Amino acid sequence: MISYSTLLVLATTTLLGAIAGVLGSFAVLRGRALVGDLLAHAALPGLCVGFLLVGRRELGAMLLGAVIAGVAAVTLMTFIARNRRTKEDAALGIVLSVFFAAGIVLLSVIQNLPTGGAKAGMEAYLYGQAAGINRTDLLVIATIAALALLVLLLFRKEFQLVTFDPEFARVQGWPVMALDLGILGLITLVTMAGLPAVGVILMAALLVIPPAAARFWTDRIGRMLLTAAIVGGGSGILGTLISAGILPIRWPGEESVASELPTGPTIILCGSAIFLLSVLFAPHRGLAAKAIQLAILRTRIAADHLLRTLYELGEQDGALDQGRSWQAIRRARRWSGAELIIAAFWARIQGWISFSGNLPRLTPQGIQQAETLVRSHRLWELYLIDRAGIAPDHVDRDADAVEHWLTGELVSALEVPLREKGEVLKAPGEVPQSPHPTMAEERKPEGGDA
Amino acid sequence: MWHWFAELDPNLQTAITVIVVATMTNVACALLGCFLVLRRMSLLGDALAHAVLPGLVIAFVFTGTLSLPAMFLGAVAIGVLTALLTEGLHRQAGVSEDASLGVVFTSLFALGVILIKRYGQDVDLDPDCVLNGMLEMVDDNVWQIGGFEVPRALVTILPVLILNLLFVVVFWKELLLGSFDPALATAMGFRAGLLHYTLMCLVALTTVAAFEQVGSILVVAMLIVPAATAHLCSDRLHIMLWLAAGFGALSALVGYAAALIFDVNTAGAMAVSSGIFYGAALFFSPRYGWVSRWLHQAALRLRIIAEDILGMIYRAEEWAAGRRLQPAEVFRGLGGGVWVRVVLSWLAWRDMIRRQPEGLELSPAGRLWAAAVVRSHRLWESYLVRHLGLPDDHVHEPAMRVEHYIEAPLQEQLAGALGAELLDPHGRPIPQLPAESESPNKDERQDQP
Repeated sequence: MISYSTLLVLATTTLLGAIAGVLGSFAVLRGRALVGDLLAHAALPGLCVGFLLVGRRELGAMLLGAVIAGVAAVTLMTFIARNRRTKEDAALGIVLSVFFAAGIVLLSVIQNLPTGGAKAGMEAYLYGQAAGINRTDLLVIATIAALALLVLLLFRKEFQLVTFDPEFARVQGWPVMALDLGILGLITLVTMAGLPAVGVILMAALLVIPPAAARFWTDRIGRMLLTAAIVGGGSGILGTLISAGILPIRWPGEESVASELPTGPTIILCGSAIFLLSVLFAPHRGLAAKAIQLAILRTRIAADHLLRTLYELGEQDGALDQGRSWQAIRRARRWSGAELIIAAFWARIQGWISFSGNLPRLTPQGIQQAETLVRSHRLWELYLIDRAGIAPDHVDRDADAVEHWLTGELVSALEVPLREKGEVLKAPGEVPQSPHPTMAEERKPEGGDA
Repeated sequence: MWHWFAELDPNLQTAITVIVVATMTNVACALLGCFLVLRRMSLLGDALAHAVLPGLVIAFVFTGTLSLPAMFLGAVAIGVLTALLTEGLHRQAGVSEDASLGVVFTSLFALGVILIKRYGQDVDLDPDCVLNGMLEMVDDNVWQIGGFEVPRALVTILPVLILNLLFVVVFWKELLLGSFDPALATAMGFRAGLLHYTLMCLVALTTVAAFEQVGSILVVAMLIVPAATAHLCSDRLHIMLWLAAGFGALSALVGYAAALIFDVNTAGAMAVSSGIFYGAALFFSPRYGWVSRWLHQAALRLRIIAEDILGMIYRAEEWAAGRRLQPAEVFRGLGGGVWVRVVLSWLAWRDMIRRQPEGLELSPAGRLWAAAVVRSHRLWESYLVRHLGLPDDHVHEPAMRVEHYIEAPLQEQLAGALGAELLDPHGRPIPQLPAESESPNKDERQDQP
């Protein structure tokens, strides 16, 4: 079912995606995500010079030319950025575009040669020509991948150090420059080897997208490299299978299977899709996970506020476990529509409140929880008044935000100076009086009397 | 009034048209490029140049033609989309800025390539044109306007150029402030975001308009390179804009000539010549070039040698009245070298020192200069001892370095901080400058230590 040539393409793109993902991770972590873009564009004049010198399409010479051009471009960029007037981004743009322009000029020279016929090679360079992949290509990429893996294994610790703390590495006496050049050299080799298969832009993409996607799934470099390799290799497999028609997809609104999708761009779009999924659904860093965390946090804060409101209402008539009307709760504090419902729901699940009739009341557990909260709130207020010299009517809002984060340890520490004075706090664990009229009192319909 | 043009040789007509179109394209790009370079958004220009591809194809699919309004609409849509996506990924999802740029534009480009293949038969978007530009064929595609044959390229680029000029003129104040102090601009209530997106839209528009002429990558060159060249040559925004436009136009001219002479691709030659201008500026720009920096450093080094020589002679005279140093002693004292010899000759030529039979002697002008150097040296020594509590024997070395950089106002400040102190920590007098006394009475003071 899968032809030999498709198998060849499959193996090559998978290997290329995986190794580009691994090497690209180092570039992305060092803030050089676009170095692949630079290298891929800068290769063009090198390819042309290689062609002009040998006089025909000879893979070795053109690859060598491309590698030399890539190294020259990176060196030139560093040199320009050292002038400090031209910033790094502009330096990259200048070298990239001028090298590429030089390549185009050289191409027109080649086209004017009597032998001519470089035009087909040109398009392959731009968009990639996966169908043209042969055994030599696979061997070249496999060799480079093996070399890269060997180097990475040998210098694992050093690369890790240089990636995360180059200054520290320099101080420790590691040859940061040489290690940087080592990684850049490997990236250059992979880029040039991959160009004929996937093309300029798409080679740049293979060096950025898998690492950027992998970054969402882990904080550890070893796992990130593995994830990037899987994402890159996976994009390679998926893209190749789709473009070969083995995994059929349809254009929206059409019956027939989309055919003859170009392999390189398809691979990239598969990578983009994986990236998008990572952005949305990765644990911890993904947008969905962040939204859920935020929602949980908001719910907990709202429930805290509900408990404190019930407690403060109870303080006024001395009946803490009394059911309270919704009107009284709404009067005591400004709630947004859904906030109160969610807060009540959450507090009920936690067993902090129960409903008598339709009215919420604090359970014994809830009273305990509310006491802790009110204590934190008021101790913080007293601390601000006492130590920071803030007026009593200005501390409520601040304490309202902080009360959820004060740990038991911190609360005990806040308690000590107040107990030493012996005025506001007589016994440990006691809930002090509020230094200002509580919101429940202020907003009583009869008017506050504190 | 166009008769003279119609009567010209057809080849010359083509040449003039190409140069005019290319100049307009380059100037339109260079104007915006200045702000990209200043705001460190050069790579966003690069990204947009790639990302407009799907915008063009989608615009074509929806409208069925590649008419100008459709193309411009597609460009603006994709420009805003690119800016929004990269910013969203950076701000909301915490992807680093360059990585988010890389992900977005490569993905959009891939989408564009697939769409081209899908609608390839219908869309008049030749990959070769995307890359190379069609500058040479500018005459082939003409519109009839009011009885004149006007190249389509001219009709495309002229409104964009005018729009860019208007943008710069109308938003001059905001651009100036926003480019140099975005925080202040925001604090003063300027809508930084609005400006950012307007700039993005214009870059996208310009890219699309220039795209047909010079090809997508060369748009990047025309956006960034002349602007960066101008940035090397000027510190003032309006001069930088003029220079950038000038370099853009010059690249068009030189590039076209080179392309004719060597029979190569025109747009490529233009971009390469702009790169050559950049290289020249990198070396020879009056303020920021390597050569001028090197010259400044060399001049400073020579001045330091000169001041060391003068100081040495001054101190020798002071140490024993009437003692004259021999040139050989000065060589040895300063470690020798050809530059000491050169500076010594220069000082003699400027009549700062005079070669007498018994040795070197300071002229009145040379004595004044030497006194200023020795004064700053000794003021600094006293300051270090008095106010920083350094021991006496540790202050000579730093003072040797610093003495060349303490100018008159700083000397006054130091003297003020030291009060009426007239002796340095080693007990030698601190020379006064002529404002106080024309020729300080050295012989009397030297008796004191």
